[in-house]
Amino acid sequence: MPSRLLDLVHNTFRYWSLLPAIVLLLVITVYPALQLLQMSVSTIEFVDGRDVWSFTPGRNIELLLSDPVLPPAILNTIIFVIVTVAVELSLGLGLAILVGRLPHGRGGARTAMILPILVPPVAIGSMWKLMYNFDFGLFNQALDGLGLGPVNWLGSTNLALISVIIVDIWHWTPFVFLILFAAVEGLPVDVIEAAQVDGATNRQITWLIVIPMLRDALAVAFIFRAIFAFKVFDEIYLLTSGGPGTATEVVNLHLYKVFFEQNQLGYGALLSVAFIAAILAFLLVSRRVTRDTTR
Amino acid sequence: MNLLYGRERVVGYALMTLAILMIVGPFAWIFLNSLKYQVAIYTGAWVFTPTLSNYAEVLFSRRSDFAHNVGNSLIVAGITTALVLVVGTLAAYSLHRFRWSQWIATGFLGWTLIFHTIPVLTLVGPWYVIFRQLGLYDTLTALIITHVTMNLPMTIWLMMSFFKDIPLELEEAAFVDGCRPLTAFWWITLRLAIPGLIAAGILAFIFSWKEFSIALNLTSRATATVPVAIARFAQQYEVQHAQMAAAAMIATIPAIILMFLGQRFVVRGLTLGAVK
Repeated sequence: MPSRLLDLVHNTFRYWSLLPAIVLLLVITVYPALQLLQMSVSTIEFVDGRDVWSFTPGRNIELLLSDPVLPPAILNTIIFVIVTVAVELSLGLGLAILVGRLPHGRGGARTAMILPILVPPVAIGSMWKLMYNFDFGLFNQALDGLGLGPVNWLGSTNLALISVIIVDIWHWTPFVFLILFAAVEGLPVDVIEAAQVDGATNRQITWLIVIPMLRDALAVAFIFRAIFAFKVFDEIYLLTSGGPGTATEVVNLHLYKVFFEQNQLGYGALLSVAFIAAILAFLLVSRRVTRDTTR
Repeated sequence: MNLLYGRERVVGYALMTLAILMIVGPFAWIFLNSLKYQVAIYTGAWVFTPTLSNYAEVLFSRRSDFAHNVGNSLIVAGITTALVLVVGTLAAYSLHRFRWSQWIATGFLGWTLIFHTIPVLTLVGPWYVIFRQLGLYDTLTALIITHVTMNLPMTIWLMMSFFKDIPLELEEAAFVDGCRPLTAFWWITLRLAIPGLIAAGILAFIFSWKEFSIALNLTSRATATVPVAIARFAQQYEVQHAQMAAAAMIATIPAIILMFLGQRFVVRGLTLGAVK
């Protein structure tokens, strides 16, 4: 390379090192986000493979207000988020403290717990679909062995949401465990030893020392899990596709259907904007709340 | 920690073993089913003659595109990983090492946080329109571009956290010896950040390998990836359960390999920010 060009490469390193990331984010995230805003006040139709836009803000809002699937989808999402996050945080916390108090087996526990996080959610959905199978799934086989009748895990309106929630708990409790266990391993040993010397019982140590010291990690696990639970899609798409009826319909799945099954790009964009606003509002509020309680 | 003793320790080990079995058990059950003929699945037999016919059927039968889907997934995840490491590492180093004005640094990192938080499906709609306009709809290129962008925030944060652990004095010593910033970055800091590159690389590969909602909507039969193929399997009118189990096991293989090879790297990446 001629030395003047080489000089240029060296002298502008500071700029071209950040440039590709900025360009990528502008073109693939900022521009589409702006386009999403424009889409949300438009109706888009494809004529001869070309997209034709017309400005119809009222129509999209009307569609949003009269969408019969939206209220159950929102309700299911809220139930899903509250139940999965509460159960996953409790189980993950209990398991992290338990494993931390055992002298052996940490490596094995950690190895096993990484597995569900790395496997494609779609593969997990299909695994559980087989296990929930009415005729020959694992659960109905086990019930049959106990002399109990088969249960329609995914097909009955009352049970489907619970079945889907169980899969999520199985899938993501290990993630909470990993975050909290890393925090448990980082706990200051001297504080706990000092409490033992002062005659604190194990129960007091757990509730009055260990759990309060895990606050920051708990806050992180809570925000992570809550936001991902809001966005649940892959597993439910595979297990029930929202059915039976709207029993397991959630907002993200409904969004997919509006966009890509009903091809309503304009209304889908409006729904997206509302969904993003709700998630960001949740993020801001929960960050403020956790900051106030942890510091 | 205050260890458990006596009977409490026995109960503790029992509970931990139960938790591990509950996680590993479903994988084992699906693996067994993937070795059964369809008939043995229907009868729920525990004793059966194992067969690899389901794997052969899924991968090599003329009616199945699954081998092709695996190829697509490997191409997309491989190229995505390489690209996101280059773009993300450079950006992380730039933000970490050079004085950017406050609004660029905060704006950039804040936007990656927002982008990482919002449901990716909300952007797939505009992407669909944009890639159609560009003539990139239904190409692996479009999928790779979106996967690189999707993995960019995590890669940048992870690499910044690794760069922070490398003492600045090393580069300063090199400057005294007449080294230029780019040379110091290439020969000193990047070499010391190799564990970070491995962690970020493994995570980017896995996240691209398992990504579903973008691939579902931006691909068709010829460009479909493994997760899309698995979803199609599960939704066929007459579900081939044994083959579905085999396909799920194949999709799990990279996770199992990386779980054993890169465990210590992966844990740091996954729990990033949780522990100070």
